[in-house]
Amino acid sequence: MIPAFVLLDTQHLVRLSSVDLVIIVLYFVLVLAIGFYLKRFAKTGEDFFLAGREMTAWVAGLAFVSANLGSLELLGWAGSAYQYGILAAHWYWIGAIPAMIFLGLVMMPFYYISKTHSVPGYLQLRYGSAASALSAITFAIMTILMSGVNMYAMAVVMKVVLGWNLNFSIIVSSVTVAVYVAAGGLFSAIFNEVLQFFLIWFGALLIPILGLYETGGWKGMVARIQQNFPGQDYTHAWRGLGHFQTNPMGIHWTGIVFGLGAVQAMGYWTTDFLVVQRVLSSKDIRSAKMAPIIGSFFKMAVPLIVILPGLLGLAVLPMHLVPASDAHAGDFTYNEVLPLMLARYCGPGLLGLGITALVAGFMAGMAGNVSAFATVWTYDIYRPFITKTAPDKHYVSMGRWCTLIGVGISIGTAYLAMRFASIMDYVQALFGFFIAPLFGTVLLGMLWKRVSKAAGFWGLLCGTVSSVGMFTLMKLDHRWVEVFALSPDAKGLAQDMYQALWSCVTCTVVTVLVTLVTKPRPDYELRGLVYSLTDVAKEEHASLFHKPVFWGMVSLGVLLVLQFIFW
Amino acid sequence: MSAKDHIIPVWFFVGVLFLIYGVLILGSGLAEWSHPPDTVLAELHAPVWWGGVLLLTGLLYCIFYAPWRNRA
Repeated sequence: MIPAFVLLDTQHLVRLSSVDLVIIVLYFVLVLAIGFYLKRFAKTGEDFFLAGREMTAWVAGLAFVSANLGSLELLGWAGSAYQYGILAAHWYWIGAIPAMIFLGLVMMPFYYISKTHSVPGYLQLRYGSAASALSAITFAIMTILMSGVNMYAMAVVMKVVLGWNLNFSIIVSSVTVAVYVAAGGLFSAIFNEVLQFFLIWFGALLIPILGLYETGGWKGMVARIQQNFPGQDYTHAWRGLGHFQTNPMGIHWTGIVFGLGAVQAMGYWTTDFLVVQRVLSSKDIRSAKMAPIIGSFFKMAVPLIVILPGLLGLAVLPMHLVPASDAHAGDFTYNEVLPLMLARYCGPGLLGLGITALVAGFMAGMAGNVSAFATVWTYDIYRPFITKTAPDKHYVSMGRWCTLIGVGISIGTAYLAMRFASIMDYVQALFGFFIAPLFGTVLLGMLWKRVSKAAGFWGLLCGTVSSVGMFTLMKLDHRWVEVFALSPDAKGLAQDMYQALWSCVTCTVVTVLVTLVTKPRPDYELRGLVYSLTDVAKEEHASLFHKPVFWGMVSLGVLLVLQFIFW
Repeated sequence: MSAKDHIIPVWFFVGVLFLIYGVLILGSGLAEWSHPPDTVLAELHAPVWWGGVLLLTGLLYCIFYAPWRNRA
């Protein structure tokens, strides 16, 4: 039995009842049971790393969205909504939906037809070992760091809300993830992600329902926010984006449209293997195209359980929350707005469900990271560079060990994340370093057959180095902010968006220049990898309702309506 | 027919969890009906109706995705 003093620190917001504890323990028991049940089905490499490529569009689509709904996503964006208002919803709308549809309709056929097991695997086929190794190594580093940050974010909330010891939360949750992913591989990760998706929705949906009831609906909420924070516009998505100074985020619409929508989001949703891996598990090409499109409808609705609670926090919470860097004893930070709202409305039973939703979010995010890490390490680093010829069983075993080791390293990075004042800064910087240039490399490779191997490598390297360089210069001397982010008033997230934009531009320019002075690969080597040399089934005989392109257009239509409503 | 054709559908797991959660939360809401917790809007008895929603959802998923239906 674990002594009470290990589990509980002295200060906490709520106390769990016995029914809450039963709900939380049941969840842990079920996810472990699913892992052990699925172990018997994860025997080959294809089973363990790609769930046998047997998932339906719905399962792959929900896992695709769920793997992204980590605790950092839930807590961080709810906190950002409290800090920046509805502008944070752009990361769910223009910052996700067009990219998800682009993945489904344009890029997925290439990933699927080439039978690649990962994004670095596609780069290996298209550009050779150098670009693939660079991408695999940077992805492995980013994934482990992200996993640790995710873990730390959850542990901090458990400490503040429940008084649970940081070490206890980190170790119990991460060991559970390690066990079920090591047992059932991607099968297990995807099954649990679907379960976690439902739990997150049912655990968090009560907050906006009861919050809107308390404030008397949307108009009542807006009135209360204006009363609590006079002179600031938190409830319009586009109206204040004409100037850097007229919105709480300090960003211009060009940063949102080009930096976020055209580069950062496209890079994340189409080349981050954490999410792409879920779609690669689809049973056929139509499912692979539909999965991100199905996911886009759910992604568009996530602001209901993440952004709206942050806005409701501005309206109803009696205290003002502060940034983590300015917090003193007794203060609550932006990242704690979701648990604070949970504690406001939820008593015994519902509180357990809400806490389970947060834990589920953490586990979904972490399982996504470690399963993607295990695949990239095994197939893109270990197999090509360390042990080239070994039986399939050996690589499955390596995947299992790698899952356990990945979780161990993640625990270390969780303690590293404690040293950073602002976790979101750290996360967005990581995306900017690795994801934005990668998008330029993958897209050019798919659309332009002339791009050479050397061009792919040098473009990716220069894009990544330029991104790290811009980040460092802006942190060292604020004068660089005006140069790269176009205004001295650009705040953290705005700087990240322009950094992503310029690093992608750098990657593209270098790739084009090197292409023009190097020899292209012959056409026969590029079949199935490049748009002009690949036959993608057109689905001309499918009915309208069975065509992915139809549902993609519907999704874009709903997105446009949302922009109009919240303009 | 491969062994994977007999995998229990993920929806069934969702159903089982929600069914149990529904019973627990609904039961807890009914038990505290006369002395609700010290939360905002406790008078709405959210655990009762939200527990009912969970129970019903779980029951439907368990019925429609029961593994024995697939094998019949």
